[in-house]
Amino acid sequence: MLGYVVRRVAGFFPILFVIVSVAFFLMRIAPGGPFDQERALPPQVRANIEARYHLDEPLWRQYLRYMGDVLQGDLGPSFRYPDRSVNELLTLGFPVSLTLGLCALGVALTIGGTSGVLAGLRRNSVVDYLTMSVALFGVSVPNFVLGPILMLIFALGLGWLPVAGWGTWRHLVLPSVTLGAFYAAYIARLTRAGLLEVIGQDFIRTARAKGLRESVVVLRHALPGAILPVVTYLGPASAAVLTGSVVVETIFSIPGIGRYFVGSALNRDYTMVLGTVVFYSALLVAFNLIVDVLYAYLDPRVQVR
Amino acid sequence: MRRTWWMLAIVTLLLSPTLGLAQEQAFRINNTAEPESLDPGVVTGVPEHRIVSNLFEGLTTTDPKDLSPRPGMAASWTISRDGTVYSFKLREARWTDGRPVTAHDFLYAWERVLNPKTGAKYAQQLYYLKNGEDYNKGRVTDFSQVGVKALDDKTLQVTLRCPTAYFLDLTSFYTLFPVPRWAIEAHGKDWVKPGKIVSNGAFRLTSWVPQKELVLERNPQHWDAAGVKLQKAIFIPTDDINTAFKQFLAGDSDWIPTVPPAQIDAAKSRPEYYVTPYLGTYYFRFNVTKPPVTDPRVRKALSMAVDREALTKYVTKSGEIPTSAFVPAGMRGYEAVKGLPFDVAGAKRLLAEAGYPDGKGFPRTELLYNTSEQHRVVTQAVQQMWKEQLGIQVELFNVEWKVYLARMGSLDYQVARAGWIGDYEDPNTFLDLWVTGGGNNQTGWSSQRYDELIGQAACKIVNPRDRMRALQEAERMLVVDDTPILPLFTYVNKGMLGRRVKGWFPNILDLHPLKYISLER
Repeated sequence: MLGYVVRRVAGFFPILFVIVSVAFFLMRIAPGGPFDQERALPPQVRANIEARYHLDEPLWRQYLRYMGDVLQGDLGPSFRYPDRSVNELLTLGFPVSLTLGLCALGVALTIGGTSGVLAGLRRNSVVDYLTMSVALFGVSVPNFVLGPILMLIFALGLGWLPVAGWGTWRHLVLPSVTLGAFYAAYIARLTRAGLLEVIGQDFIRTARAKGLRESVVVLRHALPGAILPVVTYLGPASAAVLTGSVVVETIFSIPGIGRYFVGSALNRDYTMVLGTVVFYSALLVAFNLIVDVLYAYLDPRVQVR
Repeated sequence: MRRTWWMLAIVTLLLSPTLGLAQEQAFRINNTAEPESLDPGVVTGVPEHRIVSNLFEGLTTTDPKDLSPRPGMAASWTISRDGTVYSFKLREARWTDGRPVTAHDFLYAWERVLNPKTGAKYAQQLYYLKNGEDYNKGRVTDFSQVGVKALDDKTLQVTLRCPTAYFLDLTSFYTLFPVPRWAIEAHGKDWVKPGKIVSNGAFRLTSWVPQKELVLERNPQHWDAAGVKLQKAIFIPTDDINTAFKQFLAGDSDWIPTVPPAQIDAAKSRPEYYVTPYLGTYYFRFNVTKPPVTDPRVRKALSMAVDREALTKYVTKSGEIPTSAFVPAGMRGYEAVKGLPFDVAGAKRLLAEAGYPDGKGFPRTELLYNTSEQHRVVTQAVQQMWKEQLGIQVELFNVEWKVYLARMGSLDYQVARAGWIGDYEDPNTFLDLWVTGGGNNQTGWSSQRYDELIGQAACKIVNPRDRMRALQEAERMLVVDDTPILPLFTYVNKGMLGRRVKGWFPNILDLHPLKYISLER
């Protein structure tokens, strides 16, 4: 197992290298540059700025320079925010995105898990149809629609929560629900399906035959088996929640890194684009690794070599 | 026992937001974007302008009502008879760290902006100084050759390249603000961060969390602190304007300087909505190097077939002022030029003369715009008018912002939507764009006569009346005779302002110094 992890971690760097290199050159192919603006800069001023950021050098040298810096952990200065480095912006933004992501996952697990169990236990009942319809809704409504609707109801209509922003737990509620809704719906369906499969099996009948209370049968015997698909789904879901908060962060004006992801590309803030790419790819690759290891651990049929 | 702790934790959690929300005397501004920097020599945008011009102060400041220059760091000034030498007498003022503000601080700041190594984007704001441009371009390397001198600690003497009627407006612009050498040398680019920043304006920086909020508080050391009523201003960088609008409705902000196009009708029904003229023109550029718009008759026909009244009334809908001239009306001392009229018959005639009777045989033409809801509806409306009035089919083509800029810069378009916002209240800020080879011309249009007129107005003509007349003649070439552009309307500022805000005056530059603002309880 340890050898497997070491090999996977070692394989991580070539992947990252390829991603960063491709991103570096793709970014440069895009028309326009970081210092194109409505008010065209006088050629000399433009040349002065480009010299300052080494953009006047041949591309291969810029590439080598950038790679050298990245190896030392320096993602460079942001072109858009000249007072700040990319490292600084990512360091400030990541805890925010992480908090939001964890809360969204919490929402997804609590709501999704509970309603999945309820629906599974009362199969073909009103509860089942209702939760599954809501789940279908949750899966199909995009978050840029759900977010503003929640804002209208809970912030403007009822005045219970702030519209947007960051700082107190109240600011967390709406974005977490918006971001978690899709995953909650998915988890509900997974849990229901899992529970239905397990509940028909012999060992559950045995448990019932022993005269155990229904709650013990469900919680202690059926549920652990039923949530296996959920656990395996959590790996990709966590990565997706952490990296997929771009829209939610924008709608709710949350100071996380998701906002830089799109903004920097539109602004041709080369270093910031590469910084977020490096960061997100590292995160994704790491989560994939964790999931693979978990698979091996949970399911004896999976062999690691 | 454990239960008590839990209860306590929950109660604290529930109370925490209410504690934070205790209504303080803070003016909450939705600033539409995260400021890129706070360094006066570096910044160029409107969100930055709103913050930096309260944090620092230049030689002059701006009157909040009529925008005329008022004394700032300079208590008084004299101007030489030929209008090229200004002597500013500085007042007793202090930086936030207690040091006196001296003429040397201005000298340092201006050298820094003009120094090619700084790479300041707005260096051309100091090209008005004698040798300023040459120093920035490396043709003069000795800064003592540049037209600014500290005669002593409190006297700054400025020598201009030409008499510049609006120079005292420029000295209230952030690029010309003084900066503290010692703080910059000690902290490098970190010098603008809370705890390190040293400033001289009516407000000082107390906190700045990127993408979350930036807080300014009244600076008790400022020379005019007694006149400043506002205690605190909070800038929120919400860039999603729909969210910003909702934040305003929920009472989370006192001012949003914009309204989402889809919410215009909802906004109009509220007392907090305001709309005022803005010093900006929305127009189309013609690329005069690409057929069919190489032919001035075609350009004129396209311009005369646009019903600008209908466009502003039914499409943009927020009080934009239809115009066929490029310089917005109402500029101090400048009589507005009349552009081409809305005249379908005349347009048809011109088009026929150019070889396209009833639009027959009109080549494939593209109208380029950058992705945005407003540009989409405006270009669609004009496309429709051209189709109906002239029988020609123009295709719309939208691209992302940076691609749009790149295509304009390389003249890779036929017709393109554009906008221009003036820097100061003088027609020159609109007309010097179109000189031959100007970086913002981007139409391929060039006229020797036009260049002469602009050159004369800039330097040779001292009499203000004659100068304005020369500028008018130039504008007429632009919008009547040669028409490399097609003006559509004058922009407006529209937004929502909370009713407790006092001392906020509408003006064409949309400048609202916090110094004059107060909040009613």
